[in-house]
Amino acid sequence: MTTTCPECEGEITLDKPLRGEIIICPDCGVELEVVNENPLTLDLAPQEEEDWGE
Amino acid sequence: MKIGVLYSRVRAEEKLLFEAMDARGIPYDKIDDREAQFDLSHPGAWRDYDVILERCINHSRALYALKILNDWGVPTVNTAYVADVCGNKLVTSSQLVKHGVPTTRIKVAFTPESALRAIEELGYPVVLKPAIGSWGRLLSKINDREAAEAVLEHKEILGSYHHSIFYIQEYIRKPGRDIRAFVVGDETIAAIYRHSEHWITNTARGGQAVNCPITPELDKLCVAAARAVGGGIVGVDVLEDPQRGLLVNEVNYTIEFRNSIVSTGVDIPNRIIDYVLAVGRGEIKVL
Repeated sequence: MTTTCPECEGEITLDKPLRGEIIICPDCGVELEVVNENPLTLDLAPQEEEDWGE
Repeated sequence: MKIGVLYSRVRAEEKLLFEAMDARGIPYDKIDDREAQFDLSHPGAWRDYDVILERCINHSRALYALKILNDWGVPTVNTAYVADVCGNKLVTSSQLVKHGVPTTRIKVAFTPESALRAIEELGYPVVLKPAIGSWGRLLSKINDREAAEAVLEHKEILGSYHHSIFYIQEYIRKPGRDIRAFVVGDETIAAIYRHSEHWITNTARGGQAVNCPITPELDKLCVAAARAVGGGIVGVDVLEDPQRGLLVNEVNYTIEFRNSIVSTGVDIPNRIIDYVLAVGRGEIKVL
């Protein structure tokens, strides 16, 4: 499935997108989150917070 | 068996876990922590779960969700107790010392003045870490008094209140690497060396992963560390001190392992799933 990056409008193709999956835009490098699988919809991923980690 | 996976984002680790369960035909519910809600007096369908695997990225969300679930009697991997201990370096260190697990020397102080005295008693360099934090963020290697005074003042003025709980660690002159070992239950299943030119060796900060042989000494130390924090599935960070040998540095409770499967040859996702299934079947009691 193909869509465009909401940041740079570069084309992004994913084989098996999973809702919640985090990907990196190959064009601009921004972190994106799959918010819908069909139709494939991407949004900017949440910003890192202080208590994130292992 | 009803299995839930509580998560924040589907990172490489969550995808690997989902794929492992799909391949084995194990049904599970995906529970996005941004959509979850808990009515404390009415657990409802939450109680139907035999086990919930926690994979949250926010420590606070993980901690509170696990506390509620465990209080309802829902088994989780890991438990709220483990998250509470491991989510706080100060509490982790105290548990390690209490259980006689070899670890680095730690001092704790609550004001910049007492922290400075503690630092000078330990001797430079020291490492200042936030008690709560991860991925190598906001770690400071303090080489002299001027740096100590500056960082302590900055932490007090610019940080939130918990940055004024000063956690001071002796600096270990490790050989350009540290060890991350993965413990599942009573076994160290895999370990990597994390090499870096920088003193911070987290793979999240660019440290390179290479297989580390699991010696009986390393296994014993890491299992002891896991038990000291409450058991389950944990990542134990170990430092090699030239004089004292292996010392536990930290213990992590929502392990990241994407860089460790190829380098170790160990199927970490399936080992995690095996443990989760055993908890779900009641073969391993976590509550």
